[in-house]
Amino acid sequence: MKKNIILPLLIFSVLTAKSQGMDLLDDEEEVPTTNYISATFKTNRVVNGHSIETVAKREFDFKISHRFGFLSTGAYELFGLDQANIRIGGDYGITDNINVGFGRSTFGKTFDGFTKYKFLKQSSGVKKMPISAVWVSHIAVTSLKWSQPLRENKFSDRVSYVHQLLVARKFSEGLSIQLSPTLVHKNLVDSANRNNDIISIGVGLRQKITSRTTINLEYYYVPTGQLESSKTNALSIGFDIETGGHVFQFFLTNATAPFEKGFITDTQAKWLDGDIRFGFNIARVFNF
Amino acid sequence: MKKITILSLALLAIGLVAFKNHSGGIFKTNTGNINFFSHTSVEDIAADNHKVKSAFDASSGKIQFSALIKDFEFEKALMQEHFNENYMNSTKFPKTTFNGMIENMDAIKIGTDGIYTSNISGKLTIKDVTKDVSTKGTFTVKGGVVNAKATFQINPTDYNIEIPRVVSKKISKDIKVSIDADYTHAH
Repeated sequence: MKKNIILPLLIFSVLTAKSQGMDLLDDEEEVPTTNYISATFKTNRVVNGHSIETVAKREFDFKISHRFGFLSTGAYELFGLDQANIRIGGDYGITDNINVGFGRSTFGKTFDGFTKYKFLKQSSGVKKMPISAVWVSHIAVTSLKWSQPLRENKFSDRVSYVHQLLVARKFSEGLSIQLSPTLVHKNLVDSANRNNDIISIGVGLRQKITSRTTINLEYYYVPTGQLESSKTNALSIGFDIETGGHVFQFFLTNATAPFEKGFITDTQAKWLDGDIRFGFNIARVFNF
Repeated sequence: MKKITILSLALLAIGLVAFKNHSGGIFKTNTGNINFFSHTSVEDIAADNHKVKSAFDASSGKIQFSALIKDFEFEKALMQEHFNENYMNSTKFPKTTFNGMIENMDAIKIGTDGIYTSNISGKLTIKDVTKDVSTKGTFTVKGGVVNAKATFQINPTDYNIEIPRVVSKKISKDIKVSIDADYTHAH
């Protein structure tokens, strides 16, 4: 008997409570949307190599990549600071997902260019995608004087190509990991028994420390037997600081060249010998 | 037994009527606009959010806003990324809300076309920090649509928005927030 009275009273009180409107927007249904992940990396390079980040449409990202000499050169060379090895270049956004870029490096007096296409974007919500994926194709042309001028030298001998698939996932606010299977094709190799095609796999990792700083690790592994035994794999540890329109990347690396063909196939220095370079990339974004 | 059922139904009916009368004047929008503008001698920064949800109760004067931080659109993509990543931590604090009152609701005649001014005060929450805000608003009633406009100033540091020293000259201490929303009667 009693229960039957309580029930309508309950309904009544619920309705009154609602009419007093604790929150007028509570009954609004959330419209389902797709959330695209942003800022998997602070900038479009992990350290030496590309990250899955692209510059936005009509933006130009001007980059100066600077590598000093080896720390192992000692106090006389101020631990490498007397030497400089740079690349000046930039990335431009044709669209938010298609970038082109160019650069000129001290190493091998090399001109390089690339096109980059982001074809998958990590997202949650209506459209779920666990990863972001980018294709990058590079061309590099060395302009060094011919080492054997008497031989028949062709322009094509100066050219090399690199193709990369970059696959990355932002696992949490702080942690992002990237895998970068890479194919390097050299038109001219050092000796006849060397293959023109070299495969490699890059691993990139970034961990956010504060909202504006991250620590980055980058390693390009070249399966053995493809390169001369004097060659080593490029290992880099970086620290990114982002201040408004600038990103500063400070790093230690054993690689000399700041472009893909160079740091993947021409690195000779060994971390364990102290042949590590201090370097930095400065990136500044301009809008057009 | 039957009597009690009838009694229940009667009570329920009274409840429904009471509810209906009270909520008769709820006006809503899902496409309200919030603009913010920071002016310094170095740089002007502006952003718009066109997906603001808001509602007000024409009988009680209660007014509420809710907006997603990631829906603020900037001219420069990088600014938008930095806004979400560095300043607002929009993954951790996805929403900003306002919960307040239109103080002189009686003076605004929702049924009659015209322009009415009002005082609005309430609590603004950004990054889980809640502060009192009050401002003057203009309500323009035309053909059943109620347009509300208001502006007020906020200081980002009040809401735990940390601004690094290197960019402190580019971001104003008095950010102008402008609201512009067209409400229609909610059925």
